[in-house]
Amino acid sequence: MAALWVSVGSLIAAGRRGQRFPQQLMQRGALWTLKYASYYSRQQLMVTRRLCSAECSNEKTFDKILVANRGEIACRVIKTCKKMGIKTVAIHSDVDASSVHVKMADEAVCVGPAPTSKSYLNMDAIMEAIKKTRAQAVHPGYGFLSENKEFAKCLAAEDVIFIGPDTHAIQAMGDKIESKLLAKKAKVNTIPGFDGVVKDADEAVRIAREIGYPVMIKASAGGGGKGMRIAWDDEETRDGFRFSSQEAASSFGDDRLLIEKFIDNPRHIEIQVLGDKHGNALWLNERECSIQRRNQKVIEEAPSIFLDSMTRRAMGEQAVALAKAVKYSSAGTVEFLVDSKKNFYFLEMNTRLQVPATWKIGDSCLKAHLPVEAEVFIRRKRGTEEKDQGRGMKSSLCANEDSPFHKVEHPVTECITGLDLVQEMIRVAKGYPLRHTQADIPINGWAVECRVYAEDPYKSFGLPSIGRLSQYQEPIHLPGLVTYGSNRTEALKRMEDALDNYVIRGVTHNIALLREVIINSRFVKGDFNTKFLSDEYPDGFKGHKLTENERNQLLAIASSLFVASQLRAQHFQEHENSRVPIVKSQVANWELSIKLNDEVHTVVASNSGKTFSVEVDGLKLNVTSTWNLASPLLSVNVDGTQRMIQCLSREAGGSMSIQFLGTVYKVRILTKVAAELNKFMLEKVAEDTSSILRSPMPGMVVAVAVKPGDMVAEGQEICVIEAMKMQNSMTAGKTGKVKSVHCKAGDTVGEGDLLMELQ
Amino acid sequence: MAAAMRVAGAGARLSVVVSDLRVAARSLCSQPVSINQRVEDKRRAALMGGGQRRIDAQHKRGKLLARERISLLLDPDSFIESDMFVEHRCADFGMAADKNKDFTVFGGSLSGAHAQKICKIMDQAMTVGAPVIGLNDSGGARIQEGVESLAGYADIFLRNVMASGVIPQISLIMGPCAGGAVYSPALTDFTFMVKDTSYLFITGPDVVKSVTNENVTQEELGGARTHTTISGVAHRAFENDVEALCNLREFFNYLPLSNLDPAPIRECHDPSDRLVPELDTIVPLESTKAYNMADIIHSVVDEREFFEIMPNYAKNIIVGFARMNGRTVGIVGNQPKVASGCLDINSSVKGARFVRFCDAFNIPLITFVDVPGFLPGTAQEYGGIIRHGAKLLYAFAEATVPKVTVITRKAYGGAYDVMSSKHLCGDTNYAWPTAEIAVMGAKGAVEIIFKGHENVEDAQAEYIDKFANPFPAAVRGFVDDIIQPSSTRARICCDLDVLTSKKVQRPWRKHANIPL
Repeated sequence: MAALWVSVGSLIAAGRRGQRFPQQLMQRGALWTLKYASYYSRQQLMVTRRLCSAECSNEKTFDKILVANRGEIACRVIKTCKKMGIKTVAIHSDVDASSVHVKMADEAVCVGPAPTSKSYLNMDAIMEAIKKTRAQAVHPGYGFLSENKEFAKCLAAEDVIFIGPDTHAIQAMGDKIESKLLAKKAKVNTIPGFDGVVKDADEAVRIAREIGYPVMIKASAGGGGKGMRIAWDDEETRDGFRFSSQEAASSFGDDRLLIEKFIDNPRHIEIQVLGDKHGNALWLNERECSIQRRNQKVIEEAPSIFLDSMTRRAMGEQAVALAKAVKYSSAGTVEFLVDSKKNFYFLEMNTRLQVPATWKIGDSCLKAHLPVEAEVFIRRKRGTEEKDQGRGMKSSLCANEDSPFHKVEHPVTECITGLDLVQEMIRVAKGYPLRHTQADIPINGWAVECRVYAEDPYKSFGLPSIGRLSQYQEPIHLPGLVTYGSNRTEALKRMEDALDNYVIRGVTHNIALLREVIINSRFVKGDFNTKFLSDEYPDGFKGHKLTENERNQLLAIASSLFVASQLRAQHFQEHENSRVPIVKSQVANWELSIKLNDEVHTVVASNSGKTFSVEVDGLKLNVTSTWNLASPLLSVNVDGTQRMIQCLSREAGGSMSIQFLGTVYKVRILTKVAAELNKFMLEKVAEDTSSILRSPMPGMVVAVAVKPGDMVAEGQEICVIEAMKMQNSMTAGKTGKVKSVHCKAGDTVGEGDLLMELQ
Repeated sequence: MAAAMRVAGAGARLSVVVSDLRVAARSLCSQPVSINQRVEDKRRAALMGGGQRRIDAQHKRGKLLARERISLLLDPDSFIESDMFVEHRCADFGMAADKNKDFTVFGGSLSGAHAQKICKIMDQAMTVGAPVIGLNDSGGARIQEGVESLAGYADIFLRNVMASGVIPQISLIMGPCAGGAVYSPALTDFTFMVKDTSYLFITGPDVVKSVTNENVTQEELGGARTHTTISGVAHRAFENDVEALCNLREFFNYLPLSNLDPAPIRECHDPSDRLVPELDTIVPLESTKAYNMADIIHSVVDEREFFEIMPNYAKNIIVGFARMNGRTVGIVGNQPKVASGCLDINSSVKGARFVRFCDAFNIPLITFVDVPGFLPGTAQEYGGIIRHGAKLLYAFAEATVPKVTVITRKAYGGAYDVMSSKHLCGDTNYAWPTAEIAVMGAKGAVEIIFKGHENVEDAQAEYIDKFANPFPAAVRGFVDDIIQPSSTRARICCDLDVLTSKKVQRPWRKHANIPL
């Protein structure tokens, strides 16, 4: 009975919501704003959004849209549709039947089994779904069918509207060479030395010499960091040519390359454009994407601290000119390289909603920002895993279907302009003209986005890692990893907190690197370019470098945590039958010895209630917390400084991993007695790592260059491992004779797997 | 940890046997100075063990002295040596007894006196209901003493057997342990080893060489690796003495003090009603795909703390201790990642022994089931899988502690019955929506039922629809509920609370007759 009432109630509520949708949304927005105004400085944004909704509340777009995608992007589109009062249809494969996007949509249609070629790329089934549900328009998201001409044609034949740029524009901009020619024609600044298709290595060298070193070699068809190599001399040009053409062939099935002048110390700044079907186009300000690793974005912010309004306008106007030249009628991104003199050069135009470079691979299943790579990677490996059990396959699936989605497109731009890009795309697709003028586009506040990847930042600033996400908790009160503030300092401070509050367990992630960058003084000053990471960390990223004060804080926190867990171990609930009278231990002072980075520190800790008084190497600190040993996050007060720490592991032998200031530190805590006796313990002989080669990441062996008995020189290539479609050259650690080779082309290898041994 | 903690809490109530001390002083009080002096001298001599040279030699091998080991195992000042000052032993019963063989004295070989002292401590431990921890570092019987030391062994073995199921007995092998000495650890509930420095064998490499002409090193014959991966004699191995003793402290915390003590409940910070969303997606939809059962265990138990027993032996079954809402529980789970999680001889025996320990010491059992059946083949049949598989069946059926079972995926054939099924008096049996409870998998079943039929695929689909799901079992009450995986922790914690007062009466018998 009760259940019946509830469902009736919700039906009524749903009906009302349907009728009065825009008004209610406005009220809610306003309420929300009032309620949280003191916590957020986003009210400005909310007001802007509210005004937008109010303006277009009577504008009729579509009754029903089919979202031909899944994961995060699908959720993002559905969210905007809901806001606009449009019914949504989700499609899914049979394994995705219970994913978030399906739950969010009003209707869902299964379009086939798990392999994407039979489901999300299955045009017939999708056309069938469109007919069945009578959807009037299709939002393709990105990847899958978003750039498929056939699909666009089929839709046109059925009078169904395709939401996104038309195929002509996609094609024109999808090809790097054609896009540059078009850009030149539209009087957009292009990079000097730009030339055509490269046939072979000799031609590559000839062209490179003509342009003058350094040059960049990359795939015509690819974007982002794929197939991109920088060469400073002839030999590197040959190497680069070989690698890039291989990668281009394996990633895009198209081995065309291009060579162009490499601009030293450039910034990567991109302009968001929005066009309609009436020949209008706007620029929605810039995004600063200079912090990159291997040419892939790590941190984005809007606006850029580097641009003045004149440069901004000049870039915006050129971007708009290009958009108009290709009759661009959707949201798109025009990427520029900007040199230190604020000269800017057109790089390429992205014709879809943002596709972070790493997500372009294979299918683009995005369940959450983080586990994506692991997911994709694992799916990719499925084919080989059966044959090769135990090797390489380290996990089954990334869970986390239910984690909130965020930031598929350009949240930083939306934050500072107050525009909902998906909404504008839908309007434009319906044929409405743009409803803003250039003068309407504001820069309100500052927004920063961090790309949290499932990768190990200590290896080349991020080599892919896989694992099963065991715990995942996004920062509370902060929408994903986009933070907003009235100014840059505020936005960055919030980002710092957000990163400290981000709980990711089970997979390696790059939070340590992200946090280090946003507090880096050069970054804070705005003095950076695309080479920032390699300049700042020439020997590779090593984690946060603790100041003496920070180190003492860490040691004090770790000891307190240790003592807290020791004390907790005595707290047993008394039973009736318990024959052990438990007397409180009267240990007043805990004398401990802590090892951190091979240095041993002496600590004396004593506690009263929630506060520990800790003497670290003679210096006294007071540490207060709830000491909840189960909580993934622990807020700790050390002598008045608030720190958010995460205790990742606590072992019986005294080893502890603590994430402090973004970086994970390993400490070993022993009581004084144990530390004394530990001196007698023998060091176990570590493996001689120079004569063996282990895979630094999970991946597939694409080529093996040596066989047993070969002599190899230090630095010589042993094999190439492809991971996340990046080819990584594995080199010998020392000169010697190959004893045995443990891999062959086509093998799937896991992190730490033995590849080769030297004698 | 808690071992020591609890020892500390109870005050100085430990007794120890020191193998080299032959003289026991009667009393310190009001004795002539000369007696006091003698006591002091003896005490100093005892503390020196086998002398500085031998102490150094022991340290050089990365090994600690008996007293140093004890100082790590227990809290400072919580340990008083028994049979050194007799009045201490008499004044206060030990709550955790500790037998310890000191390698620096006669290579720790067993003397009659030594055995006598061990027996005394064990007798006390049994009287008061206190666990026994043996730190073994012994060369075997002291040949010089002849039959007396053999008798000593037997005395200890008898104590081990008498104490079995009454108080938990733990052996930590910290050096060579050869000959007769090995049977004492074998009779105790758990045997832990220290890597690279400890060995367990009946006869050493020299004798092996002369008898069978096999060339084998100590490490290969009876090292920690051998016993934790091949023979299954030892339950876990640790890097060194310090690691081992720290872990032993941690391990001790999971155990009740005796069979009359309920499973300990430690202060718990992990909410008992915590939902575990990642479990909803952990079982792959394709029933042939593997996943890691350890992931399920870690995310269900308190603070992901799981003390695994025999982690490297018969890996197709996972057993170990964890806590649910603070209370110690024994976890048994099939591991689909290894041999599809099937039951074979080794895994049955591993599981059975663990289940019986938990049952003896009032530790509730949580069983996670994903089992495709017993492993077929001549190797298994010749090895006696029928007899050995029966052990696990027997152990689960016999257990009267609270039993909660979660079927995560497959529960096929006889193995379904074995894995703490409702029919073996499981108290609460859950199935996840992914559960398939049937006599066998679809493919095999269809091959038998529809032998010679053409439309095999349809028949398979029909079979899957009819049997490869939790409903047939749920309809008959063989599972109590089909639960959302994310709610597993909350449900188990709740059930355990209800089951605390569980009481089962079994008819009197001298002892049961498990198929050994």
